[in-house]
Amino acid sequence: MKPFAYERVRTPAEAAAAAVRHPGAKFIAGGTNLLDLMKHEIEAPTHLIDVNGLSLDNIEATSEGGLRIGALVRNSDLAADERVRRDYGLLSRALLSGASGQLRNKATTAGNLLQRTRCPYFFDTNQPCNKRTPGSGCSAISGFSRNLAVVGVSDACIATNPSDMAVAMRALDATVETVRPNGATRRLPIVDLHRLPGSTPHIETTLQPGELITAVTLPRPVGGTHVYQKVRDRASYAFALISVGVIVQPDGTGRVAVGGVAHKPWRVASADSAMPSGAQAVTARLFADARPTKENRFKLKLVERTLAAVLAQAKETTR
Amino acid sequence: MKFDKPATTNPIDQLKVVGKSIDRVDGPLKTTGTAPYAYERTDVPGAPVYGYVVGSSIAKGRISSMNLTRARSAPGVLGIVTADSAGPLDKAERNTAKLLGGPEIEHYHQAIALVIATTFEQARAAAQLVRVGYIKAIGSFDLEAGKKSATRPPTLSGEPPDTAVGDFAGAFAAAQVSLDASYATPDHAHAMIEPHASIASWSDGKLTLWTSNQMIDWCASDLSKTLRIPKADVRIISPYIGGGFGGKLFLRTDALLAALGAKAVGRAVKVSLQRPLMFNNTVHRPATIQRIRIGAMRDGTITAIGHESWSGDLPSGGADGAVLQSRRLYAGANRMTATRLTVLDLPEANAMRAPGEATGLMALEIAMDEIAEKLGMDPIEFRIKNDTQVDPENPDRRFTRRSLIQCLRTGAEKFEWTRRNAQPGKTRDGRWLIGHGVAAAFRPSPVINSAARVRLNRAGVVTVETDMTDIGTGSYTIIAQTAAETMGVALEKVIVRLGDSTMPISAGSGGQWGANSSTAGVYAACMKLRDLVTQRLGITGTDTVFADGNVRSGTRIVPLGQAAADQELIAEDTIEFGDLAKVNELSSFGAHFVEVGVDAATAEIRVRRMLAVCAAGRILNPKTARSQVIGGMTMGVGAALMEELVVDKRRGFFVNHDLAGYEVPVHADVPHQDVIFLDETDAFSSPMKAKGVGELGICGVAAAVANAIYNATGVRVREYPITLDKLLDGMPAMA
Amino acid sequence: MEAFDDVELSRRDFLVLGAASAAAAQLPFSTASAIEPAAVSAPVAQVTFRVNGTTRALELDTRTTLLDALREHLHLNGTKKGCDHGQCGACTVIVAGRRINSCLTLAVMHEGDQITTIEGLGTPDKLHAMQAAFVKHDGYQCGYCTPGQICSAVAMLEELKAGVPSHVSGDLMARASLTPSELRERMSGNICRCAAYSNIADAITDVARSSA
Repeated sequence: MKPFAYERVRTPAEAAAAAVRHPGAKFIAGGTNLLDLMKHEIEAPTHLIDVNGLSLDNIEATSEGGLRIGALVRNSDLAADERVRRDYGLLSRALLSGASGQLRNKATTAGNLLQRTRCPYFFDTNQPCNKRTPGSGCSAISGFSRNLAVVGVSDACIATNPSDMAVAMRALDATVETVRPNGATRRLPIVDLHRLPGSTPHIETTLQPGELITAVTLPRPVGGTHVYQKVRDRASYAFALISVGVIVQPDGTGRVAVGGVAHKPWRVASADSAMPSGAQAVTARLFADARPTKENRFKLKLVERTLAAVLAQAKETTR
Repeated sequence: MKFDKPATTNPIDQLKVVGKSIDRVDGPLKTTGTAPYAYERTDVPGAPVYGYVVGSSIAKGRISSMNLTRARSAPGVLGIVTADSAGPLDKAERNTAKLLGGPEIEHYHQAIALVIATTFEQARAAAQLVRVGYIKAIGSFDLEAGKKSATRPPTLSGEPPDTAVGDFAGAFAAAQVSLDASYATPDHAHAMIEPHASIASWSDGKLTLWTSNQMIDWCASDLSKTLRIPKADVRIISPYIGGGFGGKLFLRTDALLAALGAKAVGRAVKVSLQRPLMFNNTVHRPATIQRIRIGAMRDGTITAIGHESWSGDLPSGGADGAVLQSRRLYAGANRMTATRLTVLDLPEANAMRAPGEATGLMALEIAMDEIAEKLGMDPIEFRIKNDTQVDPENPDRRFTRRSLIQCLRTGAEKFEWTRRNAQPGKTRDGRWLIGHGVAAAFRPSPVINSAARVRLNRAGVVTVETDMTDIGTGSYTIIAQTAAETMGVALEKVIVRLGDSTMPISAGSGGQWGANSSTAGVYAACMKLRDLVTQRLGITGTDTVFADGNVRSGTRIVPLGQAAADQELIAEDTIEFGDLAKVNELSSFGAHFVEVGVDAATAEIRVRRMLAVCAAGRILNPKTARSQVIGGMTMGVGAALMEELVVDKRRGFFVNHDLAGYEVPVHADVPHQDVIFLDETDAFSSPMKAKGVGELGICGVAAAVANAIYNATGVRVREYPITLDKLLDGMPAMA
Repeated sequence: MEAFDDVELSRRDFLVLGAASAAAAQLPFSTASAIEPAAVSAPVAQVTFRVNGTTRALELDTRTTLLDALREHLHLNGTKKGCDHGQCGACTVIVAGRRINSCLTLAVMHEGDQITTIEGLGTPDKLHAMQAAFVKHDGYQCGYCTPGQICSAVAMLEELKAGVPSHVSGDLMARASLTPSELRERMSGNICRCAAYSNIADAITDVARSSA
């Protein structure tokens, strides 16, 4: 870990100002991903801006009937919030399936959205990785790729986004609120937050340097049955091989987002439309452009089977 | 004390303390975090400084350049140890690869430097500034590809690599029912939670090393050999060990580099191997490819049994003993085993919990299930039909005590085996396909000479000193029980000191020999102390009894401590094993029963019930022995379902080299576990009449899980770990 | 659907592997190695927090994790370093009433915090109920993950009391009780390689029952 100066800030304005003063600075909140990466020197900020004092840890109702979740709300608190449990069960379920009790107590809403891939080649600094060292090559494509992406991939990168929460946020059409170093705020739909790897896998989001997530808002509840099913070898404390998040309405329509298959939470409009037709039709649309490796081709079938079970379960519940 | 005749009645048989489920005597220290592990010693002269290990970034080749300039000038750096600066070093025979590499590189993450700085943070940062150039060489990293160039190793754990009895080929060809199948087991990591860690301090040319090591005397010998200093100048202290499983049997990088580092900077140095280095820097259980052929008559009698195994290791390394149990677990007139070893330039292969049987039974016990099904026999009845009470390769050698049948029968009843549906894929509980599996457990119970010193003071306190280790096995407790029983004192009157090379040399912890051998050594020393006591007290009667803190003879009752009223009494002895365990076959046995659920949609596998029945001679402490067994059962679940060091065959390293990538079971993977110990003693083992149980627990478990998965799904997977992707194609169609 | 199945090794792989024994020097592929500024002394910062009821003021290299502050600076060695990357749970401590991995948080981020470590729960002569239950049920073997398991278990029971749901809770709106599956899911952030899990579960259940 490289030396860094450490600074606490109290307001978004202070945070922005600090970011301007210190190019190469990083914000730190929960720290559960950033510090891990700093120990490997995969991240090497020279300045850390501790944003934990920013009073962004509330969950409040929006005038549109939704929820505004402060960037610093801890994963465990978000999952346990009464309103989230009642109206956005998918989000609670996704959060609770991730990491461990200890990590969820630390990890924040914004940090979870920004966590980086768990590709083992990204973590091993002896190995080529376009995400870590642009232009060095991808070790995973012809290497150990069982856990990696099958869709939205490029010749430069097949990393997955490891977040469970982001899958739920994507299905819920969340909006991300940010503040830029110049003080300007913006709102971007979650679909526009994460990027596909393309030829620049090291650029993972559309956030600009120094831009800080302040909140994530959820639109008014859409009802329906919420199911998040995460599939993994180990029963807990493991990243998803795949995960399926669905909201199914009594008439069979709904939405579906899939985790563990792409560089971002994977949701396809035509797949949503195909929900009444069943798992096979949905999966065909989700993975129309899939490019699996030999090792991770099984994910396509796994998603279809999981989705079939989830839809059957949802039907059972709504009956 | 020589042990060359079966034990007769002795003070241990009183079973006032031995054989009781006593809480661990080190429990209050361990549960309060006050037991000092190697890296945590506060009694080191001078405040230790910090060493950080730099590992090779290539698997095979040479270092062409090493630039230490920037690392040296980094803040807080006190020194850097490399092969260049370390001076001449030898390599101990128990190490295959060098513990400090360079210029030759033998495997990925082989240590090439130790950066020493005042603080941990400084050392870690400076280590990143070491610049190394390499010249890569072509390496072999693929076991399957290496099969054709594999050769017969000179030995297999002291036994011949190949064996043959009768006419295997003829009998197999003529068999009415036969099975010829291949199985694969992957490389496994010990993944103990305490990393390899050491603190080294030099004084007047003598080295003190606080470390985490299972075998104190091996460590002292090998460190002195490697450093080319007299063994008398090396002191090893290792009273608490945060897990070993075979990974801490040997001198490892942390110990050597701490010693070299402390010498280089003239201060005590502490080194903890970083977790991401552990998987490639240290040793692992090697992958195997196994072929098993079994021929049987329609009535289930095995007529031919053959087991071949291929594994790999670095040049001059050894082969996995996967075939060993197949030489003696089941009867069969015609038999063969063969072992081949290929050179792989992966990290060093070595012992991990039940080396040989762990991998061998993963294959053999699936094969037994497969052929039982072909025969239309219950897999338990098939095993029972082929039980043997003699070594089938050498019928003059009898098993001293072999209760496999009782284990199977007891377990079947307790587990309600008869309720199992023998037809695969037919039992369902909601979304779960349910299956049941069984496997035999078998593991030799080696005996190793073991010495101890016991002291008696005037307060009647007995202090035991031996270099035996407690790696979580319960050594402190069973040794205290042994001394309390033999000397006739309360457990509270016994102090046990372990893990110090100034103490008499024990069997150490490995190969499930530790409990029986080390307690036998303590028993021997205590018997000698009893003689000293009676001499001192002038007691000559043959009716002398040591009980309740007193020595009783006739009508005379003397407090034990009185024998030491003037002067502490000290006795030292060694249990020296004759050839009882060579002339006979001394082994422990068991049976594992497993119920799994397989998610009908996702093919996720979860273990629902587990039972082990063990026959391992006298159980010295059922509470700690049970813990050993459930630990083995869980490691077996890991081997069955998730554990695999994934080899990158292009670059020659284990890719998933951390505890997120190398998955071991967590709480949620493990159901309540039942363990039954058969009530038995084995007089051929030692005066303790105990046998090994610590490795028995893992033997056969993975196969029992595999057989249960087959029973649940009808999908037979012969390549571990059995993960959902290997089942998906065979799962029932979704509605 | 175009698949990666037939993708050959990348050009770099080919060069390195093909070059065999020819010189192919390799530098680490780390982001950090691209820029190599002169070595600078690490900034230090002050932090004051309360550990097990005692106020501790430290001046630390900002890089010091809470775990290393406890172990290397305060010599509270009960909190263990198993992986240093949030993958094992051995470093679990209770901060402001919540269990966290002390390896993945900086000490300087804990100004004013109340921290409870295993040493703050009980001593060998006066065991906390959870510590005593671990001894009674043999909920440990090598003992290295044990302080983390115990701290985690103590905080986990509080989470349950507070109504925090878990991955295995059937009904998100219902209050979860300490069923075997709830216990195991909630404790899964603490790995025990000796695998005392079955006994740990018994120990925790014992404590939960007697305090209920």
